[in-house]
Amino acid sequence: MTTITTTTAGHGFWHIAYLGFCALVFAFLIAPILVIVPLSFNAEPYFTFTEGMLRLDADAWSLRWYRQIVEDEEWSRALANSLFIGVSATVLATALGTLAALGLSNPAMPARRFATGLLISPMVTPVIISAAGMFFFYSNLGLAQTHLGLILAHAALGTPFVVITVTATLAGYDQNLSRAAASMGAGPLTVFRRVQLPLIAPGVVSGGIFAFAASFDEVVVVLFMGGIEQRTIPRQMWSGIREEISPAILAVAVFLIVFAVLFLLTVEWLRRRNAR
Amino acid sequence: MSEIPEKEAGRPGSGPRPGPRPWSGPRLRAALLVLPLLAFVGVTFLAPLANMLVRSVYDPVVADALPETLERLRAWDGQGLPDEAVYEALAGEVLAAREDRTLGQVATRVNRVQSGLRSALTRTARRLRNVDEGPWSDAMIGIHAAWGETGTWRALREAGDRYTARHYLNALDLQRDPEGSIAFQPEDRQIYLFLLWRTLLVSLGVTTLCLLIGYPVARLIAHAPPRRANLLLILVLVPFWTSLLVRTTSWIVLLQNQGVLNDMLVYLGVIGDDGRLAMIYNMTGTFVAMTHVLLPFMVLPLYSVMSAIPRVQTSAAESLGATPWQSFWRVYWPQTLPGVGAGCLLVFILAIGYYITPALVGGSTGQLISNLIAFHMQSSLNWSLAAALGGILLVCVAGLYLLYDRLVGIERMRLG
Repeated sequence: MTTITTTTAGHGFWHIAYLGFCALVFAFLIAPILVIVPLSFNAEPYFTFTEGMLRLDADAWSLRWYRQIVEDEEWSRALANSLFIGVSATVLATALGTLAALGLSNPAMPARRFATGLLISPMVTPVIISAAGMFFFYSNLGLAQTHLGLILAHAALGTPFVVITVTATLAGYDQNLSRAAASMGAGPLTVFRRVQLPLIAPGVVSGGIFAFAASFDEVVVVLFMGGIEQRTIPRQMWSGIREEISPAILAVAVFLIVFAVLFLLTVEWLRRRNAR
Repeated sequence: MSEIPEKEAGRPGSGPRPGPRPWSGPRLRAALLVLPLLAFVGVTFLAPLANMLVRSVYDPVVADALPETLERLRAWDGQGLPDEAVYEALAGEVLAAREDRTLGQVATRVNRVQSGLRSALTRTARRLRNVDEGPWSDAMIGIHAAWGETGTWRALREAGDRYTARHYLNALDLQRDPEGSIAFQPEDRQIYLFLLWRTLLVSLGVTTLCLLIGYPVARLIAHAPPRRANLLLILVLVPFWTSLLVRTTSWIVLLQNQGVLNDMLVYLGVIGDDGRLAMIYNMTGTFVAMTHVLLPFMVLPLYSVMSAIPRVQTSAAESLGATPWQSFWRVYWPQTLPGVGAGCLLVFILAIGYYITPALVGGSTGQLISNLIAFHMQSSLNWSLAAALGGILLVCVAGLYLLYDRLVGIERMRLG
């Protein structure tokens, strides 16, 4: 790292300006998320810091919004819906996506590029188009306003994450291990279950987390296809932001930030495990 | 494909083969693994998209409700008024449609071709019950003057097409004039091209801004010592993982009239209490929030390309007499181009179909083409037009996606 500092002293100003600029960009990235946390403890129904909060007046801070969301049945039902739809979609997406990644990683796979393109397409298609198309199609099948319809839709939108992550992990998998196991008499299923799966498990779990996070944050399909019974957390937040703005949303947001950090740390931990 | 003989060679009893057979063992096995997901995505995702595209050009409602009228209208030369036979057929079919309760759907569609015809149809159907015999043309013109106008019949004929490019024309602010050639809509009815244009400009602007502020940051992370790099990377990944709705809420909290930023500026005396800045529910809000959401998609591909560039190269260039600018521009920048391309394309693809953020913080001036699709899906219920707008957007995205595949390769897409 000494090479960086050996650049002549004349560049000192520009280097500091560069670091300052980067610091501003990092602040832009992270500050909006951090500012939510203290505001969620606001005792008043405002979206900004009250004078009392700035004086660190104990009365100006409270847990009332947290109490409100815990006691509110709508939010707990939304959480249950989010978890049920998210977990079911994740299981489906992970199973199908892992299988497909195994096939796509095989050099013998015919039309690999085309198949990959199709399988990744749900991720890059604008969600408004997916949601509109699904609304028409699922309505005709009687799947609109059902949990099953949302599970299928979210699974479809989540599979690209699994395919990408598991394919990336398989690129680092030594196929000789499978061959060695097969040469010692293990059938294809045993090879997969006892040798390959344990080794690529970090990638599979990461893909699953990505798929879950995608479903857990999805609002447009739910907006188009879900009824009252299928309201999820993001759907509930959507109406919160649009209709009756209350700091209760900020309390939910803090929960979601905690979730995000947990997902992030898990995926990074798995990635590092996989790299070793 | 040369790997196949090599792999096969290791198996007992199978010698080297002349070439891959179409569905030999390994090919079949690989394909069978991919097939379940392909079928699943086909049914749950691709079929809905195809269905939507069909809807954008195919609408049988009017044709099914008024078959005889449309059949007889085909003999009409489009000048003056059609024969009594056409009036008679329409009278019968409008009454039947009223009985089946399909008249509302028919009227809505005809009305979209020429506004005002909804009431003509519904009123005619209501009053015709009291008319027992012809001449039907006099009776209908008596009920509603529209039946005495040539344009009405042209509109009816156009609405009766099962397959039509009308919705695509509409979505591009075009229409057919009475002579059948394609022309722009009157100026005051042009909205879609403007919104498409705005969407393109905003996407370009957001992409450029992301590149300008993302590039230095990615470079800093890529060449920092590992521990610090990890920490800085977390700062990029936390927003990447945080719920979109949470981030949008954050920007509302920060930017709104009584929000944190305005409060701070007033407190510092930069602006007066009555001079609070309107930073949200307009284009500024859309732009800022979109940049925030999409920035990680720029930084991450840049970072992964940059971290593979040996730091010694620029030092070497400088030790050979290059100025820092020269060593950056001639040595460093060209090597980061794959990352620049990947990041820009990804951000642009995501920006062009952006919906949630503009809907929540865009107000009326910050709406993009996606919001218009949602409007036609949920409010105006003009689903064919929504489907056509979706089709146009889909073509744009598909083109960019293919470009991404050619330049970067889809299989090289990474997450986080």
